[in-house]
Amino acid sequence: MNHPALSGPVRFFGTCLADAVFPDAGMAAMRILDHLGCSVVYPLEQGCCGQPAYNSGFPEQARTVAMQQVRAFRGEGPIVVPSGSCAGMLKFHYPRLFADHPQYFEVAAFSERVVEYFDFLVNVLDARFEDKGPPVRVTWHSSCHALRETGSTQAAKALLGKLCNVELVELSREFECCGFGGTFSVKRPEVSAAMARDKVEDIRATGAQVVLTADCGCLMNITGTARKLGYDITGMHLAEFIWGRINEK
Amino acid sequence: MKSDSFDFTAALQKALADPQIGGNFRGALDGLRGKRLALFNDAEELASLRATGKALKARVLSRLPELLTQLEANCEKNGIRVHWAETTEQANRIVLSILRECGADMVVKGKSMVSEEMGLNRFLEQNGVEPVETDLGEFIIQLAVEPPSHITAPALHKNKLQVAEIFHRCVPGAPYTENVEELNAIARTTLREKFRTAKAGLSGVNFAIAETGTLVLVENEGNGRMCTHVPPVHIALMGLEKVVEKLDDLPPLMRLLTGSATGQLLSTYVNAITSPRAEGELDGPREVHLVILDNGRSTMFADPELSGALRCLRCGACLNNCPVYVRVGGHAYGSVYPGPIGAVITPQLEGIDNKGDLAGASSLCGACEEVCPVKIPLAGHLRRIRAEGQAAPGEGCVRGAGAKRSLVERLAWTAWAYTETHPRLREYLLRAAALMGDKLPEVGPLKTWTAARTAPRVAPKSLRQRVREEGIRHE
Repeated sequence: MNHPALSGPVRFFGTCLADAVFPDAGMAAMRILDHLGCSVVYPLEQGCCGQPAYNSGFPEQARTVAMQQVRAFRGEGPIVVPSGSCAGMLKFHYPRLFADHPQYFEVAAFSERVVEYFDFLVNVLDARFEDKGPPVRVTWHSSCHALRETGSTQAAKALLGKLCNVELVELSREFECCGFGGTFSVKRPEVSAAMARDKVEDIRATGAQVVLTADCGCLMNITGTARKLGYDITGMHLAEFIWGRINEK
Repeated sequence: MKSDSFDFTAALQKALADPQIGGNFRGALDGLRGKRLALFNDAEELASLRATGKALKARVLSRLPELLTQLEANCEKNGIRVHWAETTEQANRIVLSILRECGADMVVKGKSMVSEEMGLNRFLEQNGVEPVETDLGEFIIQLAVEPPSHITAPALHKNKLQVAEIFHRCVPGAPYTENVEELNAIARTTLREKFRTAKAGLSGVNFAIAETGTLVLVENEGNGRMCTHVPPVHIALMGLEKVVEKLDDLPPLMRLLTGSATGQLLSTYVNAITSPRAEGELDGPREVHLVILDNGRSTMFADPELSGALRCLRCGACLNNCPVYVRVGGHAYGSVYPGPIGAVITPQLEGIDNKGDLAGASSLCGACEEVCPVKIPLAGHLRRIRAEGQAAPGEGCVRGAGAKRSLVERLAWTAWAYTETHPRLREYLLRAAALMGDKLPEVGPLKTWTAARTAPRVAPKSLRQRVREEGIRHE
């Protein structure tokens, strides 16, 4: 990813899932930025990135929603996104979505400013944290788009590696999708459920107490599947986990 | 497997319920994945090789009509007779007439996906010609009367025990044995006699070189060479996208093909066929025919976006790495080409009305694109096919465009877009949902979701609310 220059406020794209289901993750992510000395701004007019419609074959509706984001984030400076999937959509797919449209340049200028949250933390802010938490064994689930689009998985893991009391046990099939895929989970539920079950079993096999990820979609899919299967697996967005480690009493 | 009776949901459910499919595919594909990774262990080198592969094939597509004409001229000059077929029906008729002319009532076949696309075997049987598959995998599934389940490994869904049972049941006089060498020997003995007596042999084509009029075939068993060199007549089948410009283009493309397919640096056999047997030569066929099939490819070629799929080398790497394919196997797709590339080209070849559902068989995770040796944007193509399925009347370029158009879905997405562009309405709806807690009615997507997962709980206070209440700067 290209890293936008750090001047002025950092605008935070909370993602629709953090807004509705995981606000703790969003709040933690913003508090960490503040803790690192950034001036964080949350544009209130923001919403979903539009990916569900885009992936379902409704580019027109996706464009309508995309323009809402482009307008909500008017201005300059970085737009940080605590999700590889939404960041990939905003950064790489928006220009494609508007390739033949008059708004292309406005959209492309917006996309230029987008950076995935952990990529920003590590590669722009060079973040370091004092780990005040007790020893814990965790595993890491990478969203497909953090792995293959934004390439931000490395940054997230590097950050995790800097927490001295945290032991990371890698998943044996980290490369494999958890089966969420947005609307895929309800349009092809049989296959999606099979993928989610396998992912949960893979997580269990690590013996980790917590599974961490940087995507609320995967988090919702994995923890929901684990609970349905009756497994006691704690899932958490990495930002929320880190915020907890810094503030442990 | 008729397209009009295709029920994808039922096929997926059946495949997922079969433990043997999961087991056989996962084991075999893990092996192929591992070999590919071991061969392409230098990320930089791989990136540059893939860029080369993409560029070479893209350049071919930029001058496809011209190169096909050149290929035809050079083949004819070399004594290879070239036939053009717009439809599979025409291609079948061409093959049959060549076989009738040389009096063949049996034809030995090397592996050819185009012949599967044509439904050639059934057509020949109906017309009194016995097709004999000689690739070991194809031989196995021909005995079992099943279509291939993988592009490069057609019998991938069968394990050793299943093969032992098929051979014992279907090969006259074959004893039951689970010994792999003995099983191989049974196939070899049966096939040698066919090679010896066949009047015609048939093969696919991996690359057809326009500059020299050469047909290049990649194989590992030697059966391909038996099909193309022993019988007096050789018929080669190719889709029109298989043409490449020059002999010099071959090394990188070959490396990408065998490396992506099986993790091999080079396949055991590489056949380059430039002409029939010439004066004074001791072996080789007396006649070589090349059948070039369109079957919807020129329509793909005309679309600046979807023509990317014509770069495909048919290596099968996208299948080997697809989390959907690995769980359901090839037969679930109900088409000749399964997996991500199949989900892209089948709806184009057979129409969105028939096979448009295949484009939904992906979480768009990108694993297929990550391994594609010629960098076909498979996820992007799948998204495009989905949109083509929803196209308005008069819009869309793919055959059967608009066939999946649903008013309910359209209204739902339009309502969603309206909500997303009215943040206050959105917040109000979220608050209402939060108040309902776990009493949200489980209908529609939520009902489907909760079949395998617990329902997500809408947070009592949204992030937006907390931003305002907990003193985060907002605008």
